[in-house]
Amino acid sequence: MKLLYFAWVRERTGVHEETWSLPEGVTTVRGLIGALSERSPGFAHAFADLKQIRAAVNQETAKLDDPVSDADEVAFFPPMTGG
Amino acid sequence: MTVRVQRDDFDPGAELDALLAGRKDIGGVVSFVGLVRDFSDDRNVGALTLEHYPGMTEKALAAIEAEALSRFDIQASLIVHRHGRMEPGERIVLVITASAHRGEAFRASEFLIDWLKTRAPFWKSEDTPEGPQWVEARAVDDAATERWS
Repeated sequence: MKLLYFAWVRERTGVHEETWSLPEGVTTVRGLIGALSERSPGFAHAFADLKQIRAAVNQETAKLDDPVSDADEVAFFPPMTGG
Repeated sequence: MTVRVQRDDFDPGAELDALLAGRKDIGGVVSFVGLVRDFSDDRNVGALTLEHYPGMTEKALAAIEAEALSRFDIQASLIVHRHGRMEPGERIVLVITASAHRGEAFRASEFLIDWLKTRAPFWKSEDTPEGPQWVEARAVDDAATERWS
């Protein structure tokens, strides 16, 4: 799967874009966040406060319990500040 | 009905003229330009950098514009949103709405800006005396988005 990180999520993970294999048994955005958080202290820091994390699956806004698959593009970022 | 995401500045007058060229069905047009301020809450801001999500940004803006079209009787619209680094005084975003009558154009304009604040994948970072700081989403913007639901 393709993973993207923006703003302070990018800064804390130290990654902007990567290809990653969805671990066995992970089926939701929430599960993916859990798996990513175990990768490094930076990832754990980025995802420490779920209230501040927003996600998109295939470039559409997603909720924590939405499904993910290994073919998806998933992005993580803080609440948007456009305009 | 157009959306554009670009690094470069835009000319609001030229965009307005282009949108209205040849149109005889429009009685009122509303344009909104968002600018970089040199202050934010209690701190000075030297410059603003907007990060965005290429691909999703264009889709999100098009979806926001489509939502405005379904809610309001507007005959033409344009959203231009910049990304990258901007100095205080520079233009960030342009929203133009045009309608046979002014009321719908005013309402559509306000709706579009309210939704852009919270539903377009941009993130602002401000240069401050203490270094760059990510701008936090504001409760007042969430409330402004919610009032349309």
